[in-house]
Amino acid sequence: MERRIRVLVAKPGLDGHDRGAKIVARALRDAGMEVIYTGLHQTAEMIVETAIQEDVDVVGLSLLSGAHMTLFIDVTKLLKEKGMEDVLVVGGGIIPEEDAPKLKKAGVAGVFGPGTHCGDIVDFIKKNVKR
Amino acid sequence: MFDKKELEKIKHGRKDWEKNCYLPHKKRHPERSKKFENLSWNEIKNLYTPGDIAHLDYIKDIGFPGEYPYLRGIHPTKYRGRLWTFRQFSGFGSAEETNRRYKYLLGHGETGLSVAFDYPTLYGYDADHPLARGEFGKCGVAVSSLKDMEILFSEIPIDKVTTSMTINGPAAIVWAFYIANAENRKIDRRIIGGTIQNDILKEYIAQKSFIFPPEPSMRLIVDTFEFGYKEVPRWNTISISGYHIREAGSTAVQELAFTVGDGVEYVKWAMKRGLNIDDFASRLSFFFNAHNDFFEEIAKYRAARRIWAKELKKLGAKKPRSLLMRFHTQTAGCSLTAQQPEINITRVTLQALAAVLGGTQSLHTNSMDEALALPSEKAVRIALRTQQIIAEESGVTGTVDPLGGSYYIEWLTDKMEEETYQYWDRVEKLGGVLPALEKGFYQREIAEAAYRYQKEIDENKRIIVGVNDYKMDEPIEIPILKMDEKGEERQINRLKKLRKDRNNTKVEKNLNALRKAAKSEANLMPFILDCVHSYATLGETCQVLRDVFGEYVEPAIY
Repeated sequence: MERRIRVLVAKPGLDGHDRGAKIVARALRDAGMEVIYTGLHQTAEMIVETAIQEDVDVVGLSLLSGAHMTLFIDVTKLLKEKGMEDVLVVGGGIIPEEDAPKLKKAGVAGVFGPGTHCGDIVDFIKKNVKR
Repeated sequence: MFDKKELEKIKHGRKDWEKNCYLPHKKRHPERSKKFENLSWNEIKNLYTPGDIAHLDYIKDIGFPGEYPYLRGIHPTKYRGRLWTFRQFSGFGSAEETNRRYKYLLGHGETGLSVAFDYPTLYGYDADHPLARGEFGKCGVAVSSLKDMEILFSEIPIDKVTTSMTINGPAAIVWAFYIANAENRKIDRRIIGGTIQNDILKEYIAQKSFIFPPEPSMRLIVDTFEFGYKEVPRWNTISISGYHIREAGSTAVQELAFTVGDGVEYVKWAMKRGLNIDDFASRLSFFFNAHNDFFEEIAKYRAARRIWAKELKKLGAKKPRSLLMRFHTQTAGCSLTAQQPEINITRVTLQALAAVLGGTQSLHTNSMDEALALPSEKAVRIALRTQQIIAEESGVTGTVDPLGGSYYIEWLTDKMEEETYQYWDRVEKLGGVLPALEKGFYQREIAEAAYRYQKEIDENKRIIVGVNDYKMDEPIEIPILKMDEKGEERQINRLKKLRKDRNNTKVEKNLNALRKAAKSEANLMPFILDCVHSYATLGETCQVLRDVFGEYVEPAIY
């Protein structure tokens, strides 16, 4: 049997807006993936630690506070440091258009803003998962 | 409400109309959908008549504005007497930047202030705390001490303009900053007016900026009620909020039921402390969302007023003022689209109009660019102008509760009230508000509704203009707010200087007194005021309470 894609949905930082993260978590689960949701207030260290422990293929970050340029990049950097470059990182939230290319450069492979169809996230993950 | 004979005639008339007029027409020209539903997934009939509200008694159930049950409004003259307060929720970067924005807004006809704090402030951390990393000034202004509060309101007449502050976990401390700032400016705390949100229940339910566990949080809130009516009598010591519950994805009915239910819970806690309901109830205020379903929103506000008046009466309130539900409204941030952002102006207009027709006391209109970033100056000005157009040009302010008596609105108002009580029964069966919370009842209900709504959009069963229909592929052409990159550094330097220059022996003494008081049953407000007056920071003061009360960890439910 094919191994199911394992995804960690994580909320970095202090932001409490979890509607999007929860919806995406459910949509990925309904699409047949195994989803682990961290809950709120995660540091980059906590997220990467959970990613290692849970042996995930994908980390999905959600942030609506505007701190994505710092906190998303903290996570991708730390993943690299831990030799986990093959984990696909995607992110979403209130992210101005001009930030998306910078995030992509820093290792957030897919950036999804408001109005994204959940199916697009599922497709993106299936197409780009590296493990 | 209607004569029995007349009702019979209407009933028959409606039947005949269905048979002879409606159905034949529908056969030739089918309706666009088999079923029409509102945003709470309640089915809406094709037509409402007196038959749908025959059970209502005009005097008892609807009445007159300014009189019980206040369905039609809490003021007899409503907007004929005084318009709602134009109050734009606003804050970003440093206190200096936000102070400039406040002056700009007041200069353009805003009539009340509303402070948005950044995340570190909302969680009671100073700007230099490790967990504040990347968050400085991002979704609100950073306020780490009385010093920042002084700058935030510098040259603003806080003896005249009222200020609402969206702060919950550390509300008592931030309120103390405001009071202390007034006192330092020789303004009597008895004359300052405003609101602290201070609604922790909805933080656990939806907004998630909590600090302490429920019990000590409720104690702190009752402390502010008591201190408020005795010492700062023009202050609303709570703004019981449905806004965030709705933003988290609830339906309008859930927003109504959970919010007013929370309100009753606060009253019970205060009474348990021994406070007299008529001493504090008139300082409780509310805050609702204005979402897309125009009539449902209007019915929601009207139902809220009636339920609140009834419940407060049941709880023993005697003074008419105690029964009045006063509320602020904000248009639904979650309804804004990042696609074709300019069309958000239209959404906001409709939502704001619903709030006005529902009788709001105060209103925030969202800016068109808020699905992308915090609002630019131009975007927020247009949002404010939207309110001014409704107030000055639309003519809707000329009569009180203009939709009162609409068969549909009265039916829907009644139905939403009924469903509220059904939710309350379910909460009661779980053991009450706190047990329901601990069991994740609210969180699960909201997550279900949010997912259902998103699925309908994904499946094109619900159309969002610009998102899943009427799409365009063109670059976004509105300016995005840029913040001062040096703000954070300046803030941290200010904190360092503050910690060096102040009388640290005094700070230590005051923090220790607060620690001792927190372990007792004393009202903490005077102790907190002493701390902030001596320039103890938000983080330091909050840490004392964290030490004594502990921190809340929520169950992660999705």
